[in-house]
Amino acid sequence: MAETELDQVSGKTTTGHQWDGIKELNTPLPRWWVLTFYATIIWAIGYWVVYPAWPLLWSNTTGLFNYSSRADVGVELANLEKIRGDKMVVLGAASLEDIEKDPALLALARARGKAAFGDNCAPCHGSGGAGAKGYPNLNDDDWLWGGSLEQIQQTIQFGARSGNAKAHEGAMLAFGKDGILKKDEIVTVANYVRSLSGLSTSQGYNAAAGAKLFADNCASCHGENGKGNQELGAPDLTDKIWLYGSDEATVIETITNGRAGVMPAWVGRLDPSTVKALAVYVHTLGGGK
Amino acid sequence: MNKIVQIDPDQVEELGPLYAARKKVYPQKVSGTFRRIKWGLMAFCLGVYYFLPFVRWNRGLGAPDQAVLIDLPNSRFYFFFIELWPQEVYYFTGLLILAAITLFLMNSVGGRIWCGYLCPQTVWTDLFYAVERLVEGDRRERMKKDASAHRWTLERISELVLKHSIWLMIAWWTGGAWVLYFTDAPTLVKELVTFQAPAIAYIWIAILTATTYLLAGFMREQVCVYMCPWPRIQAALTDEWALNVTYRYDRGEKRMSVKKANELRALGQHAGDCVDCYQCVAVCPTGIDIRNGPQLDCIQCGLCIDACDNVMKKIGRPTRLIGYDNDINIQRRMEGKAPIYRIVRPRTITYVALIALVGGIMLYTLATRSLLDINVLHDRNPVAVKLSDGSIRNAYTVRFLNKRGFDRVVAIDIDGPQDAKLHVVGGDSITPDRPMIVLGRDGTTELRVLVTAPSDRNPEKSIPVKFRVTDIGLGEVASTTDNFVTP
Repeated sequence: MAETELDQVSGKTTTGHQWDGIKELNTPLPRWWVLTFYATIIWAIGYWVVYPAWPLLWSNTTGLFNYSSRADVGVELANLEKIRGDKMVVLGAASLEDIEKDPALLALARARGKAAFGDNCAPCHGSGGAGAKGYPNLNDDDWLWGGSLEQIQQTIQFGARSGNAKAHEGAMLAFGKDGILKKDEIVTVANYVRSLSGLSTSQGYNAAAGAKLFADNCASCHGENGKGNQELGAPDLTDKIWLYGSDEATVIETITNGRAGVMPAWVGRLDPSTVKALAVYVHTLGGGK
Repeated sequence: MNKIVQIDPDQVEELGPLYAARKKVYPQKVSGTFRRIKWGLMAFCLGVYYFLPFVRWNRGLGAPDQAVLIDLPNSRFYFFFIELWPQEVYYFTGLLILAAITLFLMNSVGGRIWCGYLCPQTVWTDLFYAVERLVEGDRRERMKKDASAHRWTLERISELVLKHSIWLMIAWWTGGAWVLYFTDAPTLVKELVTFQAPAIAYIWIAILTATTYLLAGFMREQVCVYMCPWPRIQAALTDEWALNVTYRYDRGEKRMSVKKANELRALGQHAGDCVDCYQCVAVCPTGIDIRNGPQLDCIQCGLCIDACDNVMKKIGRPTRLIGYDNDINIQRRMEGKAPIYRIVRPRTITYVALIALVGGIMLYTLATRSLLDINVLHDRNPVAVKLSDGSIRNAYTVRFLNKRGFDRVVAIDIDGPQDAKLHVVGGDSITPDRPMIVLGRDGTTELRVLVTAPSDRNPEKSIPVKFRVTDIGLGEVASTTDNFVTP
């Protein structure tokens, strides 16, 4: 052991360590600090005993209380489901019409519907249900498959062209790609379709030829007057709302290549009460019939 | 160039350290007019504080029946016939303004009336001193006991235990009364006694017990001298006419014994009334000598007036050698003129006028405030929707506020876009053009409201739209404005 000595200036002893004649003063850690340090070590030992701490080969020590944060989350989630469940049972038992008439049930359904909409529907329809090209705006009063509460519920449950046995079927044919109509015929019928909702037609367009082409090819689904058919998901061509766009090029593209947007089926993925809440929420966005 | 000042260590020792240890104050018992006023005000203030939560006030079914209640979970404040919502918190701002001006007024009339008689620090310290005096004895006994070499006798220890127990009990009740203002008092008392009360109640009681015990039992006058900003603000609020507790040195000086003064008076010479008995110092709760003139440590409680009056009566001299007075009058008396007191002067008139003005405005707004209100939030996603016939629809979230204690029926209508139609989601009203809804008592109702208007009649991008709600029965009307947007 090196020799210690008393430093005259500071009044402290030195540790005896010396580098190039520079000596180190002995300044031990404060006692409270050391005691706290030992206390934390003792605390840690207690922690090993009480809480899961040591990894074993295939598992780990579980501790005295068998505590697990994962189990805690499970309990919390179960509690949430229970709280929600009681209310959702009420929702599940009421008819769609009754829900809309009862202010308390309506508020509950709209709150639950809003949350479920954000989780499941917003990626396509937008967080406010305003839609996008190819994805219908759910706020307006134009419905491909019907806008009553039951029809909306039906569409959410089984979807459109989703592969579900009860899904809405029927698609816009690809008149150009499949060679049913020639290019100039498509241009003519596209102009005719635009004229149905009062949009301008291009120069040299033959209205009579357009009407004939429409009657021969389109009227079977869209109706004689182009009013559409919700049984087939054929849109109303006389209104101001266009799912893919109303300019001539887009209409020509639609007629040439056809359209078949898909809405997935939610039955089995969402419980019936949630689907009900979603139907009410979508219906009360403003466009419901 | 910097000049280095060498401080001689010896010199520092001569000046003494900047820190002065506290000299414990042992106020002596005193009786008299101001002591009586102080007892009365203490009983009143503590009585109001401890018992107000138990006063009942009937507000009808479903509403709390506590006269003064701060209902935090439901965000309501009840004060007898007044019920305030969180958004009306500006009434408290008004109260604070009133309190401030009232303090100014007290100050310009009678000095630190607040400090001497009404401040909680003074009231509780006074109470704690009374307990101390009762258990340990008066000034001399307490000083003797504290200084005694054989301090830890059984008798002394039991005395101290008794004193601190009573202090802690008072402190506990102080904290206990505090929490009663935040929930139904009788229920909470039952819960507290049976240990069923929420933890937060016990925590708050513990905190306020600790602060009361420390502030009134140990820190006492140090709070006034070192912690409180109010004594410092005094200087800006007082003027030469304000009446303060004053030693009338014109009468008191030069101090001498009763005997000597009688001899001088017999010779027809002036003699001071002050006999240097130090009674004014002995009774002072902050341990100062009022004869040194106005000072920051003086809380102006008036106890030295009582002490001095008692002595003056004994020696047969006129009382109020110490009294509420000012320097102007001392000067006037020294010049042989009669003193004048000007309580009504521009400063006090201004304060009273300000109090009347602020109080008047508050009363007026409170009396005429609307108990029906409407707030509108425009849907942002989407802002506007085009319908199949080309018309435009905007959706709004409308929140109605019914501040009355009963349900009521209201009608909604709008003003703004041409040929606009209003629809309340979920509302199946018999009057579709002016939908009627029921607003629940003392609460808000939120509804989704749709406004539809033809776009050809409304070519502007944005049109102001006024939402109006009318109470069918009472005729109360409230309205607010938002915009109707066209894409």
